[in-house]
Amino acid sequence: MPLWTLFGLNRGLATTPWPNKADASMQPGVLSLPQYHPEQCREDCHDCADACLPKAITIADRNLHLDYGKCIGCQLCTEACPHQAMTPSTNWAFGVRDRKDLEWAEAIQSAPAQELQHRIQNHFHRSLHIRHVDAGSCNGCESELQALNNPFYNLHRLGIFFTPSPRFADLLLVTGSVTYSMRGPLLETWNAMPEPRWVMATGTCAVSGGVTGGGYACGHGLDGILPVDVYLPGCPPNPAAIIQALLLLLDRTEQKVHGGHYAS
Amino acid sequence: MTDASRNTPSHGMQGTVQRLVWPHSVPQACEELIQAGARLQMAYAWFPRPGDAPEVLYLADKGPHQPFELLRCTLPQDQQELPSMAPRIPLLGWYEREIHELCGIHFKGHPEPRPLVLHEGSQPPFPPLDPRYQPTEPMPYTESPWELPPLEASDVQILPFGPVRADVLESAQILFYYIGEAILHCHPRLFFKHRGMEKRFEGLVPQMGALIAERISGVDSIAHTLAFCHAVEAACACAVPPRALYLRTILAELERLYNHLYYLGHLCHTTTLKVGEAQGKLLSEQLKQINGLLTGSRFLRALITPGGLRRDLDVSPLASKLRAIEPEIYRYMELLEQTNSHLDRLITTGQLPQQIAYDEGATGPIKRASGIAHDLRCDHPYAAYAELPMEIPVRSEGDAHARVQIRMQEIRNSLALIFAAVERIPSGPVISPLDPVPSAEGLGWCEGTRGSIYYCVHFDQQGRFARVKIKSASFSNWRVFPFTVHDTNMMDYAINEASFGLTMAGCDR
Repeated sequence: MPLWTLFGLNRGLATTPWPNKADASMQPGVLSLPQYHPEQCREDCHDCADACLPKAITIADRNLHLDYGKCIGCQLCTEACPHQAMTPSTNWAFGVRDRKDLEWAEAIQSAPAQELQHRIQNHFHRSLHIRHVDAGSCNGCESELQALNNPFYNLHRLGIFFTPSPRFADLLLVTGSVTYSMRGPLLETWNAMPEPRWVMATGTCAVSGGVTGGGYACGHGLDGILPVDVYLPGCPPNPAAIIQALLLLLDRTEQKVHGGHYAS
Repeated sequence: MTDASRNTPSHGMQGTVQRLVWPHSVPQACEELIQAGARLQMAYAWFPRPGDAPEVLYLADKGPHQPFELLRCTLPQDQQELPSMAPRIPLLGWYEREIHELCGIHFKGHPEPRPLVLHEGSQPPFPPLDPRYQPTEPMPYTESPWELPPLEASDVQILPFGPVRADVLESAQILFYYIGEAILHCHPRLFFKHRGMEKRFEGLVPQMGALIAERISGVDSIAHTLAFCHAVEAACACAVPPRALYLRTILAELERLYNHLYYLGHLCHTTTLKVGEAQGKLLSEQLKQINGLLTGSRFLRALITPGGLRRDLDVSPLASKLRAIEPEIYRYMELLEQTNSHLDRLITTGQLPQQIAYDEGATGPIKRASGIAHDLRCDHPYAAYAELPMEIPVRSEGDAHARVQIRMQEIRNSLALIFAAVERIPSGPVISPLDPVPSAEGLGWCEGTRGSIYYCVHFDQQGRFARVKIKSASFSNWRVFPFTVHDTNMMDYAINEASFGLTMAGCDR
């Protein structure tokens, strides 16, 4: 035992100073959802839509419609676009309160005052307990959720904890596109949670179904099943993105994405 | 050729030697394979033409450097029934149940005639993999009670655990029949996460199929995509450029590294070795960050595609990054092997005898920890493995500790493989053009972190996928796992499960 105590002390601090201190190198090199440059886009071209398996990019009446809630970050549109209208991006903070904010809008509306923020701040000044339910993911989201408790991210320091029992949980964090046989256990978990309670759809599958949704065994994510408070697309969202979305729920950080536009 | 054969076609599933057999001669053909020392790897069915009779295929491994053998059996339209091979070859039991539920074929004399993949209460109008089942049609389902092993003694209790389990875990339900601390019988109920991924491939072109393969099991993204690409490339006779073969090898070993390090950390979690847990998970995080820097994806996604890689990678900085972390990894593993409190919980825990491992279909590190020295990287080399030195670690104890030691040796192997590959990697293009061949078929395989993965692809006449079959490592190992839990105790369960290193997503698909 002394062996490990000494080892731990020698190993020193491994935790990132982010988000308490800005760290520009957070997730270096990791590509997230692509960035759209409408000024580069040509009306008569549909190469990106043809390359988009989950139909995050669709073209109707020569207008491009982009829904980040369906994007799996496969980067195929960035390779297909001949005009650099879709480019790879490292912008990962995609958590939003309103599903509409993941859809590209020509004009960004000013963010409406969120009643939720005040409600949740009154309830949880510093601490949040999460019950995670895997409703049919590929295990990528779980891998990144498990990473939250490694020494690098050290989620506990932010007062956020995973709890085994839904009875102690404030937030239901759901991954996966909701398979027919996980729908029941998911709703049972929700029903076991005391009010007030919140829901976060984590990963593109939970937001919209992504490329796994539909079909004989899967739903299309959480919409229509549970009232979602924060949507976080990504395939999978990286641990920093998950932390950002959790802090957004707690109103401890700003929402970065409005109408599909990423605030730099 | 023996009496069981019908004839041998000149084309067919590339990557295999195939034999057509009559339904009544399936047992004889399987018996001949067993007598020749072959091990059955999987079975599946598909419908070559909508509305037509299905075909059932059995894949067998005849040993190192021998081609895989494929038995193909077309069933008569009016009698979709086969004799069950599960009593003779137990590992086929799950495959037969899956074929029954997804393709509607009945297996006569099956020892476990219960639902497996589709839960009690699902009422598909057609078997879901029948082409008449529309791809976007949800399956009607009402939750129903399921059949449990009967209880004969009054003091045995049943503990249902899951499908929503503690911490961040994938969904699965484990039922324990127990008295006090003693587990009499472990009864897993899996496939809560069955997403119908095999049907997702239907109608897609090869490049899009790679996106689905990456999402079968997130932490095995590379292994699944590799096996998938190998199958497509075999079917379309596409030769991948040498540089891409080396890059694929590097990516596959990077995936093994971050998975095995996380495994060591998670195992410490179950033995409550807190600092050991933190260090293992930190090393895994550092590997994921190296992945991100190298490829733009912590899971190494969006790179491998049929024909090669979507873009070239600069692997020159990789060696120095890994050299910097290598001593830490070695020191960590050394310390774990010196920690008595940790080893006490692992040694003799969850023992898997070699015969059960072989018969029930164990694969990967689980099989090698029970004395079976097979590894697809050596026995049926792909990518650049034939040109790189490696040894297969084997242990005979079959306990949790042996499973850990296999993985520790594989970590050392992976590092050595990456260093050798980075040194020898040739320059040149990373992708060859790949044209889908109408009606082509191919077999692909890969030794993933958790064991063998096989993909069989069938193209339709338009060069799109008609059927893709996935055999994942965890599907094999979940079948084996309960045999190590019966007659053990509650305290060891979590350690034993962690020592198997299973995923649900890969198993359930």
